[in-house]
Amino acid sequence: MTPLLQVENIAKFYGARIGCTDVSFDLYPGEVMGIVGESGSGKSTLLNTLAGHLTPDRGAVRFDTRADGLRDTVTMSEPERRMLSRTDWAFVHQHARDGLRMNVSAGGNVGERLMAVGARHYGDIRASATDWLGRVEINEDRIDDRPSAFSGGMQQRLQIARNLVTGPRLVFMDEPTGGLDVSVQARLLDLLRGLVREMGLSAIIVTHDLAVVRLLADRLMVMKDGHVVETGLTDQVLDDPQHGYTQLLVSSVLQV
Amino acid sequence: MNPAMTQSDQDRHEERGMNDYNFAYLDEQTKRMIRRAILKGLAIPGYQVPFASREMPMPYGWGTGGVQVSAAVLTPEDTFKVIDQGADDTTNAVSIRRFFQKTAGVAVTEATTEASVIQTRHRIPEAALREDQVLVYQVPIPEPLRFLEPSEVETRKMHELEEYGLMHVKLYEDIAQHGAIATAYAYPVKVEGRYVMDPSPIPKFDNPKLEMAAIQLFGAGREQRIYALPPYTQVVSLDFEDYPFEASKADHPCGLCGAEDSYLDELIVDDAGGRLFMCSDTDYCAARQAAGHRGADAAPVLEGMA
Repeated sequence: MTPLLQVENIAKFYGARIGCTDVSFDLYPGEVMGIVGESGSGKSTLLNTLAGHLTPDRGAVRFDTRADGLRDTVTMSEPERRMLSRTDWAFVHQHARDGLRMNVSAGGNVGERLMAVGARHYGDIRASATDWLGRVEINEDRIDDRPSAFSGGMQQRLQIARNLVTGPRLVFMDEPTGGLDVSVQARLLDLLRGLVREMGLSAIIVTHDLAVVRLLADRLMVMKDGHVVETGLTDQVLDDPQHGYTQLLVSSVLQV
Repeated sequence: MNPAMTQSDQDRHEERGMNDYNFAYLDEQTKRMIRRAILKGLAIPGYQVPFASREMPMPYGWGTGGVQVSAAVLTPEDTFKVIDQGADDTTNAVSIRRFFQKTAGVAVTEATTEASVIQTRHRIPEAALREDQVLVYQVPIPEPLRFLEPSEVETRKMHELEEYGLMHVKLYEDIAQHGAIATAYAYPVKVEGRYVMDPSPIPKFDNPKLEMAAIQLFGAGREQRIYALPPYTQVVSLDFEDYPFEASKADHPCGLCGAEDSYLDELIVDDAGGRLFMCSDTDYCAARQAAGHRGADAAPVLEGMA
């Protein structure tokens, strides 16, 4: 089976400082991988490097493109990479404001990716937007409201709808539940889990919330100071942490 | 337009006893720089060419870009016409016309057919232009994506990579909010299937006329951009399959000349809400009236006056 994403020895430096280094892994179709670690451990740097927002200093990120199989996204041309990020990739930002157009209606936000890949039929675009708002549990009559009139949880769900409307195969998520209260988090996680299973998505989720990865991720990667210190199946890593830092991380979770 | 205008123009200019200004106000080096930008613009239709816009003796927003382009293309033999929203007799049009009368000594006219260079603010004349004419537009904001994407770095990248989906988001918003594409002026167009271009704030009624025989030059002084459409360039107004582009105008005939095919201004004429619709193109309207056409609101022809 060909991996959907093949990461080989990725390194990104900020001057002399390490962003992340020596990261390698394969992600298979339908697999969800969690990346955990404390602030400054390089998880967001890694995610942005994989998603093409940052250029790595070393290494290769090969993606299984629909047309030509595995291609290195680092060396492919910018138009090709941007096309990938509009079609086969999705990126869910921690702050919905970064991923939404706040002065464009919810329908326009969802429709933008469709129009970016050439949809030119208003009725069809509107129908997909309505369908997707329904799937992320946003009432249909909010379609012409701007995201600025939405609650934080709704904005985050809208961002997810906007990203998934073109049927991507790989979703990058950066702290998708950050800043939401726990009941809203729970529903969002439920929704994400449903969408991931239903659409057979592969996802890479960066978070510092271990509960999120336990729910969503099949595999886990623990990062510290830009290095990967432990990898394995989520349950295995969380229940039987081997590395000292992972043990600290797991034992730091507050029990209610 | 004569890109190779030389020092001899200045000589002829001086022979006419006008030594106070260089011909057409700008110095020759500046005009040469602007002509280079114009030629590049003509070579890449719809592409915004940066140029070193000069301070002009008028405020930004009054046509500094158009004036610089006109200055660069004028020759002493040209006949110059200026319109402001179709009219020859408004402050902006009169000022710019007098400016070039004074600094270039060129002949001026109000008749569209007699002019060789026409500078316009926000209209295309009703009369079809010819191959030997140049139409110069004053452009306030040359970037059609400006209000959708504030970053200039990003919009240039979007032009470079032909990522124009966002332009349709604007039209989508129009339909979602108003039930139809409500954008009535500065309606975005795609040039030769490549660049999306802001046709300056002309009413969308004028958009179909952008495919014309004359050279069209667009100058944005404050924004320091020049772009151009060579004759007969393909210009397509953006739309949706189920909401096609429509060139709209007020649903009335002109009250003065009775024309049904011209773009109309709406005037409130009394305190009781009385309205008069009249051609925005004053030269077109006057020519029709001179030819005997009369609209419903035209002054009655008095016996013995004609």
